[in-house]
Amino acid sequence: MKVFRILGRNIRDAFRSVFRNFSLSIASISCITITLVVVSISVLSSYNVDNFTKLMKQDFTIVVFLDNKIDQKGITEIETEIEKIENVESYEYESKIDIASSMMATSDIFENIMKEWDETENPLQDTFLIKVKDTNYINQTANKIKQLEGVTLVKYGEGIVEQLLTVFNIVEKALVVVVLLLVFVTAFLITNTIKLTIFSRKKEIEIMRLVGSSNINIQLPFIIEGLFLGLLGAVIPTLIVIYGYTALYLNFDGRLFSPFIRLVHPEPFIYVVSLGLVSLGIIVGMMGSYAAVRKYLKI
Amino acid sequence: MELIRIKGVEKQYKNGVTAVYDLDLKIKKGDFIFVIGASGSGKSTLIKMLHREEKPSKGQIIIGGIDVAKLRNNKVYKLRRKLGIVFQDFKLLPKLNVFENVAFTLEIFGVPMSEIKEKTLKAIELVGLKNKAKQYPDKLSGGEQQRVAIARAIVNGPKLLLCDEPTGNLDHETSMEIMKVLEVINNLGTTIIMATHDRDIVNKMKKRVILLENGKLVKDYEKGSYDCNEGV
Repeated sequence: MKVFRILGRNIRDAFRSVFRNFSLSIASISCITITLVVVSISVLSSYNVDNFTKLMKQDFTIVVFLDNKIDQKGITEIETEIEKIENVESYEYESKIDIASSMMATSDIFENIMKEWDETENPLQDTFLIKVKDTNYINQTANKIKQLEGVTLVKYGEGIVEQLLTVFNIVEKALVVVVLLLVFVTAFLITNTIKLTIFSRKKEIEIMRLVGSSNINIQLPFIIEGLFLGLLGAVIPTLIVIYGYTALYLNFDGRLFSPFIRLVHPEPFIYVVSLGLVSLGIIVGMMGSYAAVRKYLKI
Repeated sequence: MELIRIKGVEKQYKNGVTAVYDLDLKIKKGDFIFVIGASGSGKSTLIKMLHREEKPSKGQIIIGGIDVAKLRNNKVYKLRRKLGIVFQDFKLLPKLNVFENVAFTLEIFGVPMSEIKEKTLKAIELVGLKNKAKQYPDKLSGGEQQRVAIARAIVNGPKLLLCDEPTGNLDHETSMEIMKVLEVINNLGTTIIMATHDRDIVNKMKKRVILLENGKLVKDYEKGSYDCNEGV
């Protein structure tokens, strides 16, 4: 009972204290708000860039051209071999007739020339279109396929793909570093602002100690206050994420500048980011208060 | 019955200054004691050691069974809950009103609301501020603020009340009023130790007087006065 009574009073006092020290609370809340807005924008953009690179990677395809001399049995054998390769995610067989008809469908010129061809005259080659699981090993997978009997040519955009992959990998790592750095800076900024506000309440802590508060008794209301501050500070950033990002997505119809840059769908993305922001605000608020009060305690 | 026993206590600060030398004292339950002496004689250090704001460098201080010198920092609150402390600068929380300032102590201890109300009002009445319970400290005179501080110190019914120059910031008349309040509290059974400079108060009250000089106990009069002490 006593524990609940003390906890209840602490929550009430923490809530009151936010209003009693209104200007200090506003200082802390605005610091939390501003830094969380920056964090949320960076998280939203980095996740989108990350998503974009992932989608691009998914589009990487190995095209395997087969020798026109091999028969159906040979094709089945190659198919079995491709299936055995571990990095192969999926594959699709396209015969030269399929390719010819799809080419004819794209332009009249192709159609005029190609419709004259008969079975033996078609110079195109049967192909396998292969998607890989890990694009970083696309080169090795292509080489393996190249060695199969009946395969004449393997293409996957060599050179460009490697360059893109290097860029993407750097971008992905850089984004993680940027977000982590920002989170760290946020924690530091918020902790320091709260420290400053608690500095002005040194007297309160001193009196609490003198009248017989235990250390935990002194820290608890400040920690709960930090929780409130974090929660209040996260309100605007959360609204920006939920409404701002949805508005952006709808406004651009899910595509930014070009059809290639697809935005991440708002749901459940925005809720996950918002939850992260609120948790970050609360945790940093509580930690800031804890660290600040600890300074004035004799432990 | 003995409430406090001080045995061979010495206090040396980190800067090398020794504030109290080889102090031995016994204080009975219900005593009213003045600790007097010039500035720097060790009065405040003694009071600070009694509420464990400072730790003795040597010796033993036992208050109501607790060995203060051995008390760890995170257990100091156990001692503080058994005593009340009054300071020269009142140390009130400006954003809390009189009632809240006094109730503050009990709230920390987790006392039920009904009990808080009863005890707080009783303490406020005892110091004569019944009609000012809703006022904030900045609207009160120095004497009234000190009464609030006293009410806060005694609201939990401590056996010991420590006062460090409680009248230092007050005029003579107000000081005497504060002393009346302290006498009432003493008559109710609380032991009071008060460090002071105020010659008149000591002379009028005729209580036990302990004189410190350069950190040493020089004289201990059962019913003393300031005038017994030449050169102070």
